[in-house]
Amino acid sequence: MNKVLTGFQVLIFFAWILMNSTSVFAVEPDEVLNDPKLEERARGISKNLRCLVCRNESIDDSNAELAKDLRLLVRERLVLGESNKEITDYIVSRYGEYVLLMPAFGWSNLLLWLCGPIMLVFGSIIAFWSFKNKTHTSNIPLSEKDEQRIKDILKD
Amino acid sequence: MIIELGHLALILAFSLSIVQLIVPMIGIKYKWSNLIRLSGPLASFQFLLTFISFGALMNAFITSDFSVKLVVENSHSLKPMLYKISGTWGNHEGSMLLWVLILTFFGFLVACFGSNLRTDFKARVLSVQSAIASCFFAFILFTSNPFERYSIAPLNGHDLNPLLQDPGLAFHPPFLYMGYVGLSMSFSFAIAALMEGRVDAIWARWVRPWALLAWTFLTIGIAMGSWWAYYELGWGGWWFWDPVENASFMPWLVSGALLHSAIVLEKREILKNWTILLAILAFSFSLIGTFIVRSGIITSVHAFATDPTRGVFILIIIFLATGGGLTLFAFRSKKITSKNTFSLVSRESALILNNLLLVVSAFVVFIGTLWPLFADLIFGKKLSVGAPFFDIAFTPFFIAIAIVLPVGASLAWKRGNLGRTMIALWPALILGISLGSIVWVMQTGGRMMAPVGVSLATWLICGSIGDVWSRTRGNTLRIKIKRLLGLHRSDFGKFMAHSGLGITIFGIAAITAWEIEDIRIIKTGESFDVGSYNFFFKGVTNSSEKNYLVTRGEFIVKNNDKLIGTMLPEKRYYPIARMWTTEASIDQGITRDLYLVIGEEQDDGGWSVRTYLKPFANWIWFGALFMAAGGILSISDRRLRFSVGTTRASKVSFNE
Repeated sequence: MNKVLTGFQVLIFFAWILMNSTSVFAVEPDEVLNDPKLEERARGISKNLRCLVCRNESIDDSNAELAKDLRLLVRERLVLGESNKEITDYIVSRYGEYVLLMPAFGWSNLLLWLCGPIMLVFGSIIAFWSFKNKTHTSNIPLSEKDEQRIKDILKD
Repeated sequence: MIIELGHLALILAFSLSIVQLIVPMIGIKYKWSNLIRLSGPLASFQFLLTFISFGALMNAFITSDFSVKLVVENSHSLKPMLYKISGTWGNHEGSMLLWVLILTFFGFLVACFGSNLRTDFKARVLSVQSAIASCFFAFILFTSNPFERYSIAPLNGHDLNPLLQDPGLAFHPPFLYMGYVGLSMSFSFAIAALMEGRVDAIWARWVRPWALLAWTFLTIGIAMGSWWAYYELGWGGWWFWDPVENASFMPWLVSGALLHSAIVLEKREILKNWTILLAILAFSFSLIGTFIVRSGIITSVHAFATDPTRGVFILIIIFLATGGGLTLFAFRSKKITSKNTFSLVSRESALILNNLLLVVSAFVVFIGTLWPLFADLIFGKKLSVGAPFFDIAFTPFFIAIAIVLPVGASLAWKRGNLGRTMIALWPALILGISLGSIVWVMQTGGRMMAPVGVSLATWLICGSIGDVWSRTRGNTLRIKIKRLLGLHRSDFGKFMAHSGLGITIFGIAAITAWEIEDIRIIKTGESFDVGSYNFFFKGVTNSSEKNYLVTRGEFIVKNNDKLIGTMLPEKRYYPIARMWTTEASIDQGITRDLYLVIGEEQDDGGWSVRTYLKPFANWIWFGALFMAAGGILSISDRRLRFSVGTTRASKVSFNE
């Protein structure tokens, strides 16, 4: 046990060195724009852009270096007076569609966007259709005691 | 030695599962009752052996036996005991062993308490259950053996991922697995019923508790995971639409549909085929969830390609279970017919709508989760589907569910009367709309989330109260209270589950719409305001704990000059795993959480600090717990207990 602890203490030494060099944050205080309206727009745009080196995180939530670069890029362009769409389009042209957390509504993504509504419509049609065509055939006959149990269950 | 015994027990359990898969079925075919009767003891021994195997692995973790590869990779002698224990299932191999442990445990429960099931039906159920178990035993033994050993044991282990060293997450997987595996039980019942070609209210009465149990555990598991993300990941996000989260959310949605359709089947003997189909679907979704989590295919297609054995193995299991189940369904479902009818305005119709919406929303999550994979395989396009998509594509369906719910829940069976039902619901509707309007008028921003959420939550909670109250028909208050106390436990369960959903919806709407965020650099001795709260920064201290180092900031918090307390946000460094974690300091309250995170030290000696006011945050998880409590209350209902009154008599009749 003692040996392990000494080893651990050595690690502590290295750890302190490391500790002052790593970032834990997403948006850093020095990134924030002075104009709250522009900043709000920046946050909105950032939430829809994927951090390319992370796992399912927007650049707004990520603390990776690349995400920080993208956040700064978004803010630079906002200050220059570009619209949200112009900025997003520019980033897509640079990094590809992969960077969008919400895929564009288009032919190749049609199924993705429409599967819910289509399923709901078809499901309703099927449900209504089978409601109209209720069959009246009976089941395999049950023993009397089973029938009684079912009646008991249906009662309460 | 103990490790080898555990390994041996696992192999024996695997063999028994194959025996159980085959022998009782032969018995049923040739009417050899001795073979059929083997099924109970086989299930019990399977559980016992798996239990021994799991115990052996846990023992290796507790005693830090570093001759076992899995322990080396996921544990460390300095780790607190709780995390040594939870380390058993905090990794791929161990979690799969936990999965089969629960699977065999449920089989054991049916073997022990299934006395009112017909013997050959029970044997069929246990055989199907064993078929699933044998697949997973094979999966563990051939692709992810937890008992692999090193010939020369290293001195210490690599430690468990520090993010996972947390009480909330230690017990998160067991709950989720109880949920996933609970759905395997309703799957087994469905397949056994298809084999026999008979589905009736007795069957539904058996399936409903399992669906309820699975749903309840999934609710708790998902809530725990979300709560963990909230306080551990450092910015108070509580749901990310991450593939791994979706993996547990899809079965939750479908099991919600299943337990409702099982109610319809039990009460009215209709929706038989649909309930069977849902049972197959629900389990398929839990298998798909396992596949997503275990193969790593969604997070990185590359990771899957380097070691495809596990992923391919689970794909084969999915193919067998879903494909086999659906094929059987296609052939046999025509045999199963319903005779009862109902009118378009009735509880039945409302529950069909509920089912439709739940299943469709589950498929939206499914398509969204797998779309990047489809797009890559079919169009060769790399794209992402993240939170913004799900927010838009999923939410409308759930809003629809919330709108329909109170009406459907209080409509009469068979033939309902909308006007009469609404008498009890008008107050809820009016209150909901007016509260929503007040919120809409009062808030300055244009976000619709808050007013809609407040309206829906009020409608759900007050609608549930109205429903319960309307069932206490009587002239005097005394009679009403007497009738109220006389209601079944499942009625209260229903009330709690439905109003719990309302509470959660309110929490989600509030935190999304009204959160306040503040990011700044602060020096020792300075203070700042967020909302009506004042934070005074006393400074930072460094210290070392058992297996990590910590930098701790100290803040004194006041609200309008009234002292709230001291908040101590931390950054931790785990040297063994070389990982950083943030420990946010959270001051919890009923109407708001104060959420404080300390970041990096600046060159000028200041510290970056993030502060959030998160209104009504706790309501999200409180609502979920309320739902789960409702589930438990329903399961405990006298009418759903496994051995009900007529058990003995009917057992005789079944064996004739």
